Amino acid sequence: MLKNLCQKMFGRSLWVYHANSGGCNGCDIEVLNVLTPYYDVERFGIKLVGSPRHADVMLCQGPAMRSTGQALKRAYEAMPAPKLVFAIGSCACGGGVWFDSYSVLGPVEKVVPVNYYIPGCPPRPEAIIYGVAVALGLVDKKVAPVEFKQIEFPIPNYHPGDLRRDDHGMVVYEKIKQV
Amino acid sequence: MSVLGKLEETLICLKAGRVTLPYPAEAQPVPEKFRGRPIFDATKCVGCSGCANNCPAREILVFDVCQEIRILQYLGRRCTYCGRCADVCPEKAITMSLEFENATNKISDLVQKLDLFMSTCQRCGRCFKGTAALEELKMKGYRSDDIPHERWIYRAHSFLESEPVVDDIQIELD
Repeated sequence: MLKNLCQKMFGRSLWVYHANSGGCNGCDIEVLNVLTPYYDVERFGIKLVGSPRHADVMLCQGPAMRSTGQALKRAYEAMPAPKLVFAIGSCACGGGVWFDSYSVLGPVEKVVPVNYYIPGCPPRPEAIIYGVAVALGLVDKKVAPVEFKQIEFPIPNYHPGDLRRDDHGMVVYEKIKQV
Repeated sequence: MSVLGKLEETLICLKAGRVTLPYPAEAQPVPEKFRGRPIFDATKCVGCSGCANNCPAREILVFDVCQEIRILQYLGRRCTYCGRCADVCPEKAITMSLEFENATNKISDLVQKLDLFMSTCQRCGRCFKGTAALEELKMKGYRSDDIPHERWIYRAHSFLESEPVVDDIQIELD
């Protein structure tokens, strides 16, 4: 009960730290667009802070690079304990188009544990707000894995060797192998 | 002068009114020509794997698990929604939807996996899209699972050995 009360009282505002570890600045601009008066997220209590030591949430953009991976890890370790990591954009979620380049380690989940993924290249500002709303528990996520299995209609196997005539002269199959 | 300037700024700000979009309360329409998540239509897909060859991020994987079943897997992780797969698809089985609210806490939620029946090439033993009417029926799912005798059914100049020419592969999916 105390936990619920605490969550209700203190779970309001998230202070976000904006970490770019080698992206193309597209996702950066979308994140900053979220903070502009058009998509004013400060009405939800979300505030951009300059240091990971003040932050609750780290917004990662860009893949983990060979040169910035360790810095990203240090920034993650500098954050105080209840912390969330958002991977924003295709690069942070899966490594980007240049995922197999020599300088790219891969998605940021190779360096820091990621809680929420917002794919897109870049994701729309609405998509980022939606991701934050999913994290806050305001809305349910919409995507689910799709698996399609084609239905098989087995045909019984007839072989000419199994043909014979019955008493009325009709051709029947003596042996019908059901597959 | 500066006071006048401030007053002018105030007037401009007052004239602008409220600009904040009511996004989470009511959905905004996406702009024209917006490309969201690609949706794969399994009933139209013929398994030509042109999308897999054209994907710049190599996010569409195609495996032949045996001589007759092809698995097409779309992992949405690093997809940039460029729409090349929808562009190249001959059957228009891939549509770029308007979905952008794809935020999730598990990256495997974005996976779309299609198991497709294919017809077997009677020469090399690999999956391909059959052109004959019987082969099209086979791709719809009417299968007899009798590969050695299929040479009597399907038009072919050559025929398969009873053992598979191409070994079944063990696929490792992350």
